[in-house]
Amino acid sequence: MSKREYSPSEYMICVAARTLEDKKTIFVGTGMPMIAAVLAQRLYTPNILIVFEAGGIGPLIPRLPISVGESLTFYKAIMATSMDYVMSISQLGYLDYGFLGAAQIDMYGNINTTVIGDWDKPKVRLPGSGGANDVGSLCWRTIILMKQDKRRFVNKLDFVTTPGYLTGPGAREKAGLPSNTGPYRVITQIGVYGFDEKTKKMKLLALHEGNTVDDIRQNSAFDIIIPDKVKYTDPPTKEELKVIREIDPLGLIVGRK
Amino acid sequence: MNFDNFEILYEGEGPLINWYDPDEMREWFRDNKRREMFDKRMSVKEAVSKFIKNGSYIASGGFGHIRVSMNIIYEIIRQRKRNLIMACKTAVHDSDILIAAGVVDRVEVAYAFGHELRGLSPASRRAVEEGRVKVLTEWSNAAFQWRFKAAAMGLPFIPARVLAGTDTFRKSSAKIVRDPYSEKPIVLIPACYPDVAFIHVHRADIYGNSQIDGITIEDLELARAAKRLIITTEEIVQTEKIRSEPWRTTIPYFLVDAVVEQPYGSHPCNMPLLYYYDEEHIAEYIQASKTDEGLKEYFNKYVYGASDFWEYLELIGGTKKLEYLKRVEQLRETPIVPWASR
Repeated sequence: MSKREYSPSEYMICVAARTLEDKKTIFVGTGMPMIAAVLAQRLYTPNILIVFEAGGIGPLIPRLPISVGESLTFYKAIMATSMDYVMSISQLGYLDYGFLGAAQIDMYGNINTTVIGDWDKPKVRLPGSGGANDVGSLCWRTIILMKQDKRRFVNKLDFVTTPGYLTGPGAREKAGLPSNTGPYRVITQIGVYGFDEKTKKMKLLALHEGNTVDDIRQNSAFDIIIPDKVKYTDPPTKEELKVIREIDPLGLIVGRK
Repeated sequence: MNFDNFEILYEGEGPLINWYDPDEMREWFRDNKRREMFDKRMSVKEAVSKFIKNGSYIASGGFGHIRVSMNIIYEIIRQRKRNLIMACKTAVHDSDILIAAGVVDRVEVAYAFGHELRGLSPASRRAVEEGRVKVLTEWSNAAFQWRFKAAAMGLPFIPARVLAGTDTFRKSSAKIVRDPYSEKPIVLIPACYPDVAFIHVHRADIYGNSQIDGITIEDLELARAAKRLIITTEEIVQTEKIRSEPWRTTIPYFLVDAVVEQPYGSHPCNMPLLYYYDEEHIAEYIQASKTDEGLKEYFNKYVYGASDFWEYLELIGGTKKLEYLKRVEQLRETPIVPWASR
């Protein structure tokens, strides 16, 4: 399949969908994660439970919701409840995977969605945590979907909105966050990353088709651990692309710049 | 008993806003909330002028673009209220338009300055970046609604396991102590009692007994945390309907201070099961909000130019538009989304 048949965001969505495990619960936010979760549910992991922060649990999503609070997030759901209920069961350990986006990330998977520049005199004011800090604190494993370049993969975040591994091994537990939680994957337009077990620093797991190790270096301000033998992800299949376009026929996400 | 060993490990730098001693609040709720059922219907003009003062701390029910009381929001703008503080607990269109109108100048933020998939909010971002609006504190969504939950339970704080280790905590007014049971650090989230909350519901009786269909988001907690509560409703129903299915009551009358009836009162936002977002109108607003001149025209046309919500509904396209939004919500028609790429 030639490169022109899919966009970088479609590639990222497919890789994210294939990352999920069946019979698990997934905390889903706005945008690409919604498509990834629905794609996974339709093709690979039919027994996942999709959970939205505003109170929708287990919907059968007919059309892409624009907000995580609109009625489509509880369409034919098993429960339409409250944010307190969803956040409480997350704190209780019921949420296996959580999706996050980010404006900036560091080598420990800490993320910033609050501000670019100084907090008191912001260069760009971003929305803030929303549910991100909750997902990053309470889900067993978080998956971060974001664009990668040197301004986004930084040595020092302008603001730590959501915890990754903070300053390294043991730092989450020391801060009081639930044990054995943290970032699991980072998926960008270049590749898929995980975190080294000993140091909790970001490491390359696989490159997307057509990218090189040099592309990673060109697009990160910090060093990413590169394995001796580099693996590659498979590009989107025709079937995956067909489903993505069924879920998002208007191109609310996949066709955007 | 020794009370000196509750060790504070860290403290957020943020100011503690609208927190009160629980005993003070018990007395407030005893002395200011009448226990008998009485007719609370009033016009939106009266509800806003009676309960929302310059400088009030306000909180909007729903979820940014979902089940928001636009009827109250437009009236706040029309009455030119000033210096309001807003709880931006997943605030989107509600906070953006109030900031754009110059009504709100201080915010506590879990989520604001964005329109979710539609992009960032030009007007409120500009206001923060130019220093016209001050961000007082940062929170997460769970933390903010647990502030309301603590208040709703009559507690000074609620322990939680979010925020720890981050700048979001540092800019909050939460504290971290050593939990005497697990001996691990635990975050204490302080209660928040907004001066006024306004919540749009599917139906209510004249006393304020209310039913919300679908997700309740943070409104069960917010309704109890707020000192004054304005209910706006799609329709007024007989109390007999409430009493015939009491398990559906999400907000009981004794929490409520005013009841305002307004069909389509959440437009251009989504009222679950009734009408979808008006994406064309939201796009028109976001486009207008890119400049101060555009905003002025927008407010002159749709807010100051309409004496009430019925006149506004005519301006946005009347029955034809509203019938279309109903069909989209019922999945009988595809929405028109101006910012879509296909």
